[in-house]
Amino acid sequence: MRLEVVDADKCVGCQCCMFACSRIHKDTGLSKTCISVKSAGGMQRGFIVITCIACEDPPCARACPENALIVRKVGGVILKKEKCTGCATCVKACIIRAVFWDEEINKPLICFYCGYCAKYCPYGVIELRKTEFELKQSREGKDDSSK
Amino acid sequence: MTAVNELSKVLYIDLSKRHFYTVLRDDLFGKYIGGAGVAIQLLKEECPEGIDPFNPQNPIVFAVGHLTGLFPLASKTVAMFKSPHTGNLGESHAGGRSAISIRSAGYGAIVIKGVSSKPCYISVHENKVYFRDASTLWGMRSSITAGRLIRENEPASGNRTIMRIGLAGEKMIPFACVTTETFRHFGRLGLGAVFGSKKLKALVVSGKKSIPISERKEYLNLYDSIFKTATDSPLMKKYHEIGTPINVMALNASNALPTKNLQLSTFDKAYEISGENIAKGFLGKRLACAHCPVACIHIANLRELYEEEPFFYKTSMIGYDYELIYSVGSMLCISDVNGLLKIIDTVESYGLDCMSTGVSLAWATEAQEKGIISLKDTAGLELKWGDSRCYIEAIKKLIEQPTDFFKALSRGIEYASSLYGGKDFALSFGGNEMPGYHTGPAAHAGCLFGARHSHLDNGGYSFDKKIMLDKNILPQQLADNIVSEEEWRQILSSLVVCFFAREIYKPEVVKEALKVSGFNLTDKDFSDIGKRIYIEKMRFKIREGFSFENLSIPERIYQTDSSVGLIDRKFMDSLVSSLKTKILTYLQTSS
Repeated sequence: MRLEVVDADKCVGCQCCMFACSRIHKDTGLSKTCISVKSAGGMQRGFIVITCIACEDPPCARACPENALIVRKVGGVILKKEKCTGCATCVKACIIRAVFWDEEINKPLICFYCGYCAKYCPYGVIELRKTEFELKQSREGKDDSSK
Repeated sequence: MTAVNELSKVLYIDLSKRHFYTVLRDDLFGKYIGGAGVAIQLLKEECPEGIDPFNPQNPIVFAVGHLTGLFPLASKTVAMFKSPHTGNLGESHAGGRSAISIRSAGYGAIVIKGVSSKPCYISVHENKVYFRDASTLWGMRSSITAGRLIRENEPASGNRTIMRIGLAGEKMIPFACVTTETFRHFGRLGLGAVFGSKKLKALVVSGKKSIPISERKEYLNLYDSIFKTATDSPLMKKYHEIGTPINVMALNASNALPTKNLQLSTFDKAYEISGENIAKGFLGKRLACAHCPVACIHIANLRELYEEEPFFYKTSMIGYDYELIYSVGSMLCISDVNGLLKIIDTVESYGLDCMSTGVSLAWATEAQEKGIISLKDTAGLELKWGDSRCYIEAIKKLIEQPTDFFKALSRGIEYASSLYGGKDFALSFGGNEMPGYHTGPAAHAGCLFGARHSHLDNGGYSFDKKIMLDKNILPQQLADNIVSEEEWRQILSSLVVCFFAREIYKPEVVKEALKVSGFNLTDKDFSDIGKRIYIEKMRFKIREGFSFENLSIPERIYQTDSSVGLIDRKFMDSLVSSLKTKILTYLQTSS
């Protein structure tokens, strides 16, 4: 599964998704969130919603010199914290800036595709959906449960 | 357990010395919760008695509360200062991202003192404070452009607040506002002018600090329950769909929509400027304050053709709310939405308080009609009901002040009418121009006695409904209602909960929310603290010259039908005297 920005034009900028992400990371406020809602150059222009889109061949993983980002079969990555040195190369590699940073442990903060944030979006801006890989698997009648 | 000190760090910034420091104020945040409760204490500590509001020693205090960042709809920042508009308590609340940013930067309150030697703006990025040069921004015609430049020059997009002033603040017009996140305002009472007096163009605050909680499971359950109520409640739906302008038709139908400087209380063209009609033709976007799923902020999309340049269009996004529609709409008999939005846009670009501007222009129009002021006074400008162009010109003149009359008017109508006459129809209460509720005596008495002279102090208008239901209700009873509501609202504004959410944050919920954030209060504590804050605010007002003895009520309110018919003078006198007695007894009996 992955998080998908269904319609950023419906975003009102409340950032309830960001607060939700922090909560699922056992924190509060906005310190541990891997979703970002910011204005597209002034709020009158609406908002940019940044989430990890779970690339099938993620540049962040390719860039990591320590192989700390393990690519999921269905797309997206999982961080192996014990391998990560905190060099932040992954942050630079992600062109959509979806690799966030956990200041407390000085390591990346990357979406783990739980969809908790989407439950707190009253306007249907974000949704947890199947990745391209999973969709393809479904079409081909294959099981996609081994994420 | 959340230690009080998670919130209790106060950031003091001295503009004169370009110096800052922090102090842990557990004493204040433990005793007075946060927001208004803490702000009035800091104001008392920092503001020397009897100083001019433009004295560098007049502090600007911003405070947030225990629930900010933890629970939805607790996203207001309370600002306190000595008001240049009324000369006593200045208190103003705004949302946007202000409260979340202050708390996420690691502070419960910020105090700004002194005066900068040249125009500057302050950037607070967590524990770093920068004094940035703003001489290029000073004098810029549109505050919207200044805001954009600051936005582009500062980091932390999405996690910051940008509060800024316009020319009105720079020129120290006593009802200049501070705008935050382009569409929200610290309005009324002149915080913008105090910024201007300090040569402070803007304040940027950003941060991403976490807020510890004590009981995680309980926290998550309570969060979900509050969030669900906020998103399911019909009241919140109303604010989300049409927004506050839904009140236009409702108030118009009950003879409560001040029109033509309150010569009327219904507007025959109310529908044109109603929330419903503006939504149909102009609504372009709805926005929310940070951590509020309701999204009551309504932005109109105005497309204008350049008259001399075919196929050249300008598209502006303009925020609108009920109070704006009332003050520069029905009060000025403006019925075309284009014109109305252009007036609002002009007010925004200068950073004026819209309500005071509209009510002042309504008074000026009637004064000119009655011959009290001449064309010479207005530099040749003829003020005509319903003519948006003349009002846009008049607003420019409020800023440019080409005549003595505009100089006087830019100080508000209490001052202007003391020089030119026309006090009877100068709709000012305690020095502050009236809000848009001619519902009956409780609304007006509420403003007259409210600590901020605002309809939000005690929601007086809602008690007028009691008169509609029971003609025999006693003024004493209404006075009790008004004062107890204002006391309870001290708790809400100390928690910095949006008043729109007052039906969600009932005492039981507030108690639970405080408990999971590590703060235990009983019902008695609520009532004691609410009362104490209320009394402290009243004491500050009186210390700075406010007196119950020279309060005046404009005659006009007795001349125009309200929701309860013509307001009975005897009833009003009795309500005023009940309020006076009640509050004075309070002040005398409490230590």
